[in-house]
Amino acid sequence: MKLSARLVAVAAVLATAACAPQTSGTSSSDKDEKTGTLRVWLFQEVNNKPKEQAVDSVLAAFEKAHEDTEVTVEYIPVETRAQRIKAAFNDPESAPDLIEYGNTDTAGYVKDGGLADVTEEFAAWDEAKDTDPTARQSVTVDGKVYGAPYFVGVRALYYRTDVFDELGLDVPRTQAELISTAKEIRAAKPGMYGIAVGGAYTYGAMPFIWAHGGELATGKAGSYASAIDSADAREGIEAYTSLFGDDNCPAAKCAGMGGNDTVTAFASGKAAMAIGGDFSHAAVDAGKVKGAYAVVPLPGVEPGSIAPAFAGGNNLGVLKSTSHRTLAVDLMKRLASKKAQGELFDGMGFLPTFSDVRQQVAAKEPFVKPFVETLAADTKFVPASPAWAQIDSSLVLPTMFQEIVSGKKDVATASQDAAKKMNEAFGSAG
Amino acid sequence: MTAPTKSRPVDRARLPVIRGVSRSSPPSRGSSGTPWLYLAPALVVLGGLLAYPIYQLGLISLFHYTQAQVSGGEPTTFEGFGNYAELFADEQFWQVLLATVLFAAACVVCTLAVGCALAVLLTRVRAVPRLALMLAALGAWATPAITGSTVWLFLFDADFGPVNRVLGLGDHSWTYGRFSAFFLVLLEVVWCSFPFVMVTVYAGIRAVPSEVLEAAALDGASQWRIWRSVLAPMLRPILVVVTIQSVIWDFKVFTQIYVMTGGGGIAGQNLVLNVYAYQQAFASSQYSLGAAIGVVMLLILLGVTLVYLRLLRRQGEEL
Repeated sequence: MKLSARLVAVAAVLATAACAPQTSGTSSSDKDEKTGTLRVWLFQEVNNKPKEQAVDSVLAAFEKAHEDTEVTVEYIPVETRAQRIKAAFNDPESAPDLIEYGNTDTAGYVKDGGLADVTEEFAAWDEAKDTDPTARQSVTVDGKVYGAPYFVGVRALYYRTDVFDELGLDVPRTQAELISTAKEIRAAKPGMYGIAVGGAYTYGAMPFIWAHGGELATGKAGSYASAIDSADAREGIEAYTSLFGDDNCPAAKCAGMGGNDTVTAFASGKAAMAIGGDFSHAAVDAGKVKGAYAVVPLPGVEPGSIAPAFAGGNNLGVLKSTSHRTLAVDLMKRLASKKAQGELFDGMGFLPTFSDVRQQVAAKEPFVKPFVETLAADTKFVPASPAWAQIDSSLVLPTMFQEIVSGKKDVATASQDAAKKMNEAFGSAG
Repeated sequence: MTAPTKSRPVDRARLPVIRGVSRSSPPSRGSSGTPWLYLAPALVVLGGLLAYPIYQLGLISLFHYTQAQVSGGEPTTFEGFGNYAELFADEQFWQVLLATVLFAAACVVCTLAVGCALAVLLTRVRAVPRLALMLAALGAWATPAITGSTVWLFLFDADFGPVNRVLGLGDHSWTYGRFSAFFLVLLEVVWCSFPFVMVTVYAGIRAVPSEVLEAAALDGASQWRIWRSVLAPMLRPILVVVTIQSVIWDFKVFTQIYVMTGGGGIAGQNLVLNVYAYQQAFASSQYSLGAAIGVVMLLILLGVTLVYLRLLRRQGEEL
């Protein structure tokens, strides 16, 4: 027993000598070198070649403008981006100077102390005045700008033209019509979902809540409060969850579906409608329904109105730890410039973040018209709070929708529970 | 390991170690530091690979430690048992814990039953079917958890799965109901973990002298009686190891639940502790809360193992 006493003593000594767990020392770097190598991380897309070409032409011009400067670009896989970027924050020595990041991550990365404040440079940038307001909001935290919007992604209503013609249906002009049309199709074609919806498809459900005047949260950075249990939001939740059932999309199958599942169901011909993004175009065209579908903006509550959509997309940001700040900011502006975004659209179909450039590309490519219309009407963004990452990853909203559609809770109880969880997250993460 | 006899040279080699630990060696055995010297390499490796990470885990669980603290955006603050208080105040944590314990227990029982039954079967069949069974089991064992889960999910798919077609269930969804989803995952877990039990127990049975079994058979004992009264007691050390291993493995199940129920099932009804920890803590970089869950899991597993060993000890068995 003497032995274990000794062990305990050793452990006690270790414990008292212990300091806090490891923390990476740095915040911002004081150096601002004007030559050398600039490291850039961009996301690896499914078909990446056109993106590389669009980026390479920007890099060539950049390297010509800055002597003795070299840029190395690494395309990182989207699935593991979170770990890579966290690792970059932890180890400034091997971190890149400029990164592409998902726009819902902005507030979290700012809180982590990873992104540099570029408010002054952004304000002085002549092209920035045409950036659309929601895109600007997606790089802004507490009134400061932490990057440049790179492209936006937005969702609209895909529908089967052949099915609508066969059943003599009109394209729905309100959400009420959307719901009744979906049920009509299901009644006529029992093997098909009227509209494919998913209990885990948060960004497909949000337009219903926003269209009814609801909000995810109200307030501003640092003092958000959930509004998901407000009367307006509940109406939207009610509308969306009424689509789950044997008369449209059976809960047993649809409760667990996410966004990709609904698009897959539509592409394989199992659904007459679906809410898909401009980025879902290729996936749908690869399925059975190629050539037999069209896209319109998702209708709002009033006839002819458009439901506010979630403005997803990616931003470019300079890391706080960079030792080439001026160069990195310049490269960021060049990559996110009107010209470069136009080229990125030509290659990849990603929608530009500048309202005027977007109008130009819509004229060139009719497919993007409904998406551009949606963006022009009204778009919303998730709360600019680091708590959003926590709310998102702990599946607060999918859980709420699933509780309702599986009959475990009614709309009021489920939305109150979700609001409570959201407020806890806002309370702990700000 | 019973009391060593002093006469044989073979025993002498390991004597100092035993004596050193039990602290009852006669002074003539040289300095008391010698056994520690021999143990040092193993202790250093164990300390480095086990004790230090656990120490770090415990340490992190006492701080407010998120990505902002790791990357230096905010200072690290000492929270005491704040993370544990937050965890224990969460109603969902207790529900998930209960579900995890019950689910793991069901998995362990099923795995052991299937594994032992097939091990006995292996000893009773001819070479060719034995080889076939062995290969099938090893195939299941070698299949990565993600692949296995995806394949099982496809087998039970509502629209395209062969199971529904064979059973004539139409488009019944197996993952919608809480128990049916857990049942599906249980099948996969048992499928990919019974081979370890089977192979280990089979090796154990092979080592049992055939005269003993023959004697039991001559006395007219049934298959079940032979297992219960002869094989199981003789295989006890092996069964202890596979049981503890199964308990630990099934308690920590992550991939199967994460893949087959889409990250915890409809409205989180199929969450187990590991997936819960991932969602609540690691996916949103709340490392300190995740560490607290990790410490709780460690203590539970340690407790289960100790209680189990204690029970065996009470029955007068040595490992």
